[in-house]
Amino acid sequence: MTDHLLEITGMHKSFGGLKVIDDVSFNVRRSSRTALIGPNGAGKTTIFNLLTGVYPIDAGTVIVGGQDITDVPAQDRVTVGMSRSFQNIRLMPHLSTVENVMLGQHARARNLGSLLFPLGMLPRNDWRTAAEEALERAGVGTYPGEVVANLPYGVQKRIEVVRALVSDPKLLLLDEPAAGLNKTETLELQALLEKVSDQGVTILVVEHDMQFVRDLCDHIVVLNFGRKIFEGTPEEVHQDPAVLEAYLGTDDDSAEEAANAS
Amino acid sequence: MSGYMEAQLIILCLSIIYAYGIFLPAASGQLNLGAAGFITLGAYASAWFNASAGAALPMWLSIPIAMIFTGVIAIAISFPILRTRGVYMVLATFAFAEVVSGIVINLEFVGGASGFPVDDHADVTVIVPVTIAVILFSFYFMSTRLGLALRSIHDDESVATLFGVNVRTAKVVAFTVGAMLMSLGGSLYGHHYNYIEAQTFNVLLSIYILLYVLMGGTQTAWGPLIGAAFFAIVPETLREIAESAGLKWLAEGRFILFGVFIVLLMVFRPEGVMTRTLQNRLGGGLFRRKKVLTDDTGGGS
Repeated sequence: MTDHLLEITGMHKSFGGLKVIDDVSFNVRRSSRTALIGPNGAGKTTIFNLLTGVYPIDAGTVIVGGQDITDVPAQDRVTVGMSRSFQNIRLMPHLSTVENVMLGQHARARNLGSLLFPLGMLPRNDWRTAAEEALERAGVGTYPGEVVANLPYGVQKRIEVVRALVSDPKLLLLDEPAAGLNKTETLELQALLEKVSDQGVTILVVEHDMQFVRDLCDHIVVLNFGRKIFEGTPEEVHQDPAVLEAYLGTDDDSAEEAANAS
Repeated sequence: MSGYMEAQLIILCLSIIYAYGIFLPAASGQLNLGAAGFITLGAYASAWFNASAGAALPMWLSIPIAMIFTGVIAIAISFPILRTRGVYMVLATFAFAEVVSGIVINLEFVGGASGFPVDDHADVTVIVPVTIAVILFSFYFMSTRLGLALRSIHDDESVATLFGVNVRTAKVVAFTVGAMLMSLGGSLYGHHYNYIEAQTFNVLLSIYILLYVLMGGTQTAWGPLIGAAFFAIVPETLREIAESAGLKWLAEGRFILFGVFIVLLMVFRPEGVMTRTLQNRLGGGLFRRKKVLTDDTGGGS
């Protein structure tokens, strides 16, 4: 009935007495590129953690591709077609690039035969080849004989995206993928994500780089203090008074600041 | 081969088997100080199933049965034990080994405190091939996707979970398979010396085996091999050198020198002698042709 891939309804989460997510509801259209933005501490990463099952939610439902995953344990959520990257790099430092990417394939290889397949002993096998090709498509080298801890930041950041991609997600959650990248790297990342999006993968991205968000995304959800304050197109977001207030403060504040400055 | 060399070889082989039993869980970040417990279980179970007073089965049946027996117990205790981590897991596994020892000493049908004679004899022609099989198995195990998952758990458990790894199951499997290897080592010990007593398998043994693994390195399947070989060979070699040089004080005090070695290792190789980076670097020289083909996955290719 709907073309929504992700439906979040009435999501609540408190840590102790602190309400970090307060009745948030929004949908992500299939094949869209949606951005989740907001000032620091608005709850963007918390929403990712709740979606992927790092913490249980206090109330509300999460539906992915028509399947209610509210009570699905974290390790099984990736099999419904959802994977993510992390704000601070969370690659496995002692594994090589290809091994990190092969970990991303785990969701598709959970039967006993695949688990006992000697990936490391056979130099040419389908899993390894697939991982190498995924890296190549993303313009990242395979860096043989190198653990990822020794690789440059920008490369690690992109390996994270590739690792999330090889689980074959329908919904890709990216937590600040462009943070810390320079202009060229950001453009390369954008091109990669556009390519991925053209293949039908739905993207939900948390990002502070507004240029990146405007160029990439067709839909924006704005959070502030755990509440949704705006949902709409990139064009509309700049005119919305609530968003401007969240980012820039109210007119009263700026009048006060002006008074103080003079 | 001289009797002395053969005796040394047996000790080396048993140490290697024990070390892999601790390495498999250690690769996923578990610190297991319960080696003596699993070795005791294996030694006594196999001895009893083999004894004419017991089940009177041949050795080649009693040893696998002992492994299964130990595996079942390992699964049962893994659930409470794997709820702990780090130094608390060290304490929990240590306590398990003490409990096993305490129970066995009070079991009269396996001889209690006076020890238990073992019937069938396993000589070097049994122990060496089994050791080689254990080494090959461990390399295979670490090169599988399950091995990759275990190494991922070692690095970042919550991220491994988010990529679909069933962390609990993977840890239980590593713990149990490790316990079964130690059981195998214990059985072979019993069948080689044909006499076992629970006091032999004390906490010092558990500490040594954990040290083999941590000193050798938990990142690659070479680690326990290097660690066990180092610990088994260096003190003996030191003794021989010291004796032939006429330095009696050094021959007797060789463990002081050995202790210094361990401290130096901890200072200069805190992640163990063999790390991934070192393996890759050596691989570049030693197996250069192979490297081009294989990249670098697994415990070692």
